[in-house]
Amino acid sequence: MSADREAVLELQGVQFGYSSRPVLEDIQLSVAPGSFLGLVGPNGSGKSTLMKLLLGLLEADEGTIKLFGTPVQSFRDWNRIGFVSQKAGSFNSGFPATVFEVVSMGLYGKIGLFRFMKKKHKNRVMEALRLVGLEEYSGRQIGMLSGGQQQRVFIARALVSEPELLILDEPTVGVDADSVRNFYELLKELNRNKGITLLLVTHDIGAMSDYVTDVACLNKCLHFHGATGEFISNKDEMMRAMYGHDVSVIEHNHDHGHHDHHHDHDRSEAVK
Amino acid sequence: MDIILNLSFLERGIAAGLLIGFISPVIGAFLLVRRMTIISEGLSHVTLTGITAGVLVTQVAPWFNPLYAGFLFSLGGSLLIEKLRQVYRHFEELAIPIILSGGVGVSALLISLADTGYTEWYAYLFGSIITVTTADLGFIFLTGAAALIVILLFYKELVSISFDPEFASSSGIGVKKINFLFSVLTALVISMSMKVVGILLVGALIALPTAAAILFAKSFRQVLILGILFGEAAVVGGITASYYLNIATGGAIVVMGVLLLAAAFFVKKLQNLWNRSERKEHAA
Ligand SMILES: Nc1ncnc2c1ncn2[C@@H]1O[C@H](COP(=O)(O)OP(=O)(O)OP(=O)(O)O)[C@@H](O)[C@H]1O
Ligand SMILES: [Mg+2]
Repeated sequence: MSADREAVLELQGVQFGYSSRPVLEDIQLSVAPGSFLGLVGPNGSGKSTLMKLLLGLLEADEGTIKLFGTPVQSFRDWNRIGFVSQKAGSFNSGFPATVFEVVSMGLYGKIGLFRFMKKKHKNRVMEALRLVGLEEYSGRQIGMLSGGQQQRVFIARALVSEPELLILDEPTVGVDADSVRNFYELLKELNRNKGITLLLVTHDIGAMSDYVTDVACLNKCLHFHGATGEFISNKDEMMRAMYGHDVSVIEHNHDHGHHDHHHDHDRSEAVK
Repeated sequence: MDIILNLSFLERGIAAGLLIGFISPVIGAFLLVRRMTIISEGLSHVTLTGITAGVLVTQVAPWFNPLYAGFLFSLGGSLLIEKLRQVYRHFEELAIPIILSGGVGVSALLISLADTGYTEWYAYLFGSIITVTTADLGFIFLTGAAALIVILLFYKELVSISFDPEFASSSGIGVKKINFLFSVLTALVISMSMKVVGILLVGALIALPTAAAILFAKSFRQVLILGILFGEAAVVGGITASYYLNIATGGAIVVMGVLLLAAAFFVKKLQNLWNRSERKEHAA
């Protein structure tokens, strides 16, 4: 255990609702640097909402959210965080922008106001495109790419600022099976070799469990948060709790899971 | 400013036209990708309201330039539209008819109060390049330069927000502030074009060059460059035609813009045909 390595993400008692109806209740979550957290949960369970709270796109009704130790309200180093939205693909497909221009947007926050793209930024953009295997598409218009290729462009846009934390909200929807495997390999490599902390929202529990180090299950409350192995061994029970209707079962599991979320620090040390 | 003072009325008109032909398509490109080109119509009518109010003011204070009032109203209208778009988040275009009809209604009231001849209104409605005064040109020059500098400085942020506001926000860009800035810019450009092309035709210089540019552009940068080229061509061609044919300048500029757009369609068609035959040859 190391006290000096502060959590990349730290949520305490987070509560949120769009109207009076709560969408998220009493969320506690702590993500250690170097971990690869998979977040699962049924449709409408609040996963995307939680991501928006983390990014400061929405404001929590209650509780605290800390990014790299700083409360989200006063956090300014947004270039330390990369984001691929679930809706990334629903942009105006007629938008006259090249793949290169779109990926460049990932650097704009980092370059800062009143400054322009320099040679080194352009190299970074090409480097990010190489990572997702799209370098020869840099001059193509974004709307003319296939859905899966577009998704990879948005991943490159999130990677280009070399973030320490990468948040991906169902990034592989519409991506073919081969590319999904490549994509997971890429994430694994970013996580193991570059030490990037990953937060991946997905429905693909099967494929995910081979790659992630931690799992969290969300359905309004957080039902489980722990290491992948533990998740696998309790999987059936977890799934029943999360997708079933029996509230008492949910409360029961609730107590089991989410208090011991610091047990895997050793692993993240090893990764580093 | 000495140069500006010594210009003839024709030279002043041409200078004003060139400035507007440059900046309008730039604003047009951003409006296009936000699917808000129609905003220029709403704003130009609110500018008219401001100008009618300004004309009323000149009856008490003759030194007042109605263009300033036009700008202030345009700015107010622009901010109001931004507000209405947030209220009607899923029906954003609804903001335009609200602003437009409100603006025209108030203008009608004010015009009935003002004791002014038809010709002055004609100049504001359809533009009148020969009535561009030294003060007007100064206003156009200053606002145009300011708008261009601001766009250049905030280019990255403007592009990113237009493409994907959520990502822009998550990358640390102050979306609200930049949107406000853009509202101010749009209001500026619309009110400065008033004198040359007139309220009814302001939208044309914003929409037509961009419409032609988007046919060929592959990148956002190209939309800007081609738009500026089409815009300037419309202005130069329009002024020349109006001079030799003795027709209204504002109208001539807009008709020239329409003709250029038609020509662009034609060229695009040829290009497509050419590409297709290339492909066939390739396949054979
Ligand atoms: N903009 C909104 N306004 C009102 N309610 C919303 C809004 N967005 C989401 N909700 C509601 O909040 C709840 C959680 O939605 P959210 O998008 O976070 O779910 P999710 O877990 O990401 O689902 P999915 O797996 O389908 O992506 C849903 O019940 C949804 O109806
Ligand atoms: Mg979602």
